[in-house]
Amino acid sequence: MAAIAGDFSSVPALPKWVLAFLLLAFAYGVVPLIGSSYLFEAILLPFLALSLAGVGLNILTGYAGQVSLGSAAFMAAGAFAAYNFNLRVEGLPLIGSIVLAGIVAAAIGIVFGLPSLRLKGFYLAVSTLAAQFFVQWALTKFSWFSDNSASGVIDTPRLSIAGFALDGAIGRYLFALTIVSILTFFAYRLVSSQTGRNFIAIRDNETAASIIGIPVLRTKLLAFAISSFIIGVAGVIWAFAYLRTVEPDGFDLDRSFQILFIIIIGGLASIRGAFFGAALIVVFPLGLSRLGGFLLGDGFDSGVLDMSQRIVLGALIILFLILEPDGLVALWDRVRRRLAWQST
Amino acid sequence: MPLPCYALGLEASVYAPEVFARGLPSALLPAQSAEADAGAAGSAAGATAPLLSLQGIGLSFGGVVALADIDLSVRSGEIRAIIGPNGAGKSSLINVISGVYRPDRGQVRLADVDYAQVPAQRLAHLGVTRTFQNLALFKGLSVLDNVAAGLAYKVRSNFAGQVLGIGRSRGEQRDSRGRAEQILEFLDLTAVRDRLAGTLPYGLQKRVELARALVARPRLLLLDEPMAGMTSGEKSEMATHIRAARDRFATTVVLIEHDVGVVMGLSDRIAVLDYGRKIADGTPDEVRTDERVIDAYLGVASDNEALSRNEGRAGI
Ligand SMILES: Nc1ncnc2c1ncn2[C@@H]1O[C@H](COP(=O)(O)OP(=O)(O)O)[C@@H](O)[C@H]1O
Ligand SMILES: [Mg+2]
Repeated sequence: MAAIAGDFSSVPALPKWVLAFLLLAFAYGVVPLIGSSYLFEAILLPFLALSLAGVGLNILTGYAGQVSLGSAAFMAAGAFAAYNFNLRVEGLPLIGSIVLAGIVAAAIGIVFGLPSLRLKGFYLAVSTLAAQFFVQWALTKFSWFSDNSASGVIDTPRLSIAGFALDGAIGRYLFALTIVSILTFFAYRLVSSQTGRNFIAIRDNETAASIIGIPVLRTKLLAFAISSFIIGVAGVIWAFAYLRTVEPDGFDLDRSFQILFIIIIGGLASIRGAFFGAALIVVFPLGLSRLGGFLLGDGFDSGVLDMSQRIVLGALIILFLILEPDGLVALWDRVRRRLAWQST
Repeated sequence: MPLPCYALGLEASVYAPEVFARGLPSALLPAQSAEADAGAAGSAAGATAPLLSLQGIGLSFGGVVALADIDLSVRSGEIRAIIGPNGAGKSSLINVISGVYRPDRGQVRLADVDYAQVPAQRLAHLGVTRTFQNLALFKGLSVLDNVAAGLAYKVRSNFAGQVLGIGRSRGEQRDSRGRAEQILEFLDLTAVRDRLAGTLPYGLQKRVELARALVARPRLLLLDEPMAGMTSGEKSEMATHIRAARDRFATTVVLIEHDVGVVMGLSDRIAVLDYGRKIADGTPDEVRTDERVIDAYLGVASDNEALSRNEGRAGI
């Protein structure tokens, strides 16, 4: 695994906060005016939810070096917790449900992070599968979580903040965008703080980290908690803003792998990387299905699409691991540097 | 089994400081330690109570005896070398002192407290820092952040304060960066302060590790082969840095080194290990002329030197 602490490109560019400001101005001011409902429903909403999940997993895996295959479980925990808080606590504002849902996911993250105190790498990854299977089992087994609905599929409440309805496509997009922006900002602050550097120290050399007095056990559990909080909130966005239903099946092992692939393709230990990876993962199947339909016509049905997706994605991941282990972010920075160099 | 090294160990511990400090006058001047916040108290009592002493340390891995009945005492302010062939148990000894290994038998006495196992997580609080035989830097952090990490044991702010930039987190970060910058300056590393540690050449990485261990101004500094795999020029540069660090911070140094020549010039006292046993202990001159040492080690010194050259960077 390549070791990256953050962005250190020497590209003569605008200060980071200016870039972030321009990006946000575009996302808030321009996109809602020009976007089609397809863009919001099929691309931007899943992109935002998965990006946030990627940011959460990157804190745990990319920065703190603890591999996890349980991301979807924490998304599920967040989604179901928010649903139940909203349903059962009278008068709790939506934001309150979301924060509490994140805390529930964080608590579950700490419990399933306990094996990390003894296990590393592959063995830890396998033990996080326990979270994946346990959470999914519990949500299916106890129908209380789904308000005893017969199908296990439940509609989420309409989004509104301070009485202001946000249930159109644009409203849900703005809702997701706001939460993702805030949490991403905090994540960025975190990874460049002392705690973030402690994460990297534990990832790079646990013995040395312990010897210099970094509280290794506490710090690992903190990484699990923060990561699960963020992934839990990503689960809320996925269910409440994107799908508008909650069901355990949407949070299966495939989803966990998808989020892991997002950070591998996008770039480990990079906040931006999660967005790059999520963009690719969301746009790629749509592009592939257009391309397949164009080339093969009716022969390109959903079965073929699904299979070709898996094959191409698998090949992409292997290619990235071999050719660009630092992910799309590194590729992007290199291209930018080359362009800047040519333009001088 | 009755061991002759017992006698040697006792004998060694009665030497007056003047004797072992002959080659290194600075060792006589622990009072210079105006800068040192920790070492001073120990040095006054140095002749009587050692800063560190090991009694009857035994350690084995499966059938392999790594350490057998080792006694060792380290006085405040001295540079104490541990030499011996590969596999003699030198690294194991440092790992016992730093709490990375728990010995099967024996006690480690550190600043008047006896430990069956030194608490590794509290090592920095006890005023002890170390380097590792194989590079143990945080590759993904800059040189400055690696060195500042050496002050991690002092951090009191929590992550929420750090994320929001409130409370003591700002001041802490400023302090640790400031102290790290001073150490970088002291070890001529300022030019590479913003480089990722993993991208530096080997010799510089070794020096950054020394900086990370020094930034906490330890009372006791444990160095496991700080010059392994270096050219002779780099070695003498490193020796200069180690001596300067000892003088500047009144730090006591325990040093493992393969290169007998370097050790003889740098150390106040030398313990010689062979197959997990201590076979000699004394000043460089005493060790140089010790029969057992000549048989076990120095007699084949030229081979050993050739060996350590060939090992190169692997630094077994
Ligand atoms: N963690 C360990 N596990 C198993 N054997 C070990 C371990 N550490 C050291 N040893 C063994 O203990 C002996 C002493 O090793 P070491 O202390 O590294 O020697 P040195 O540093 O003098 O070269 C060797 O035989 C080595 O194989
Ligand atoms: Mg060794």
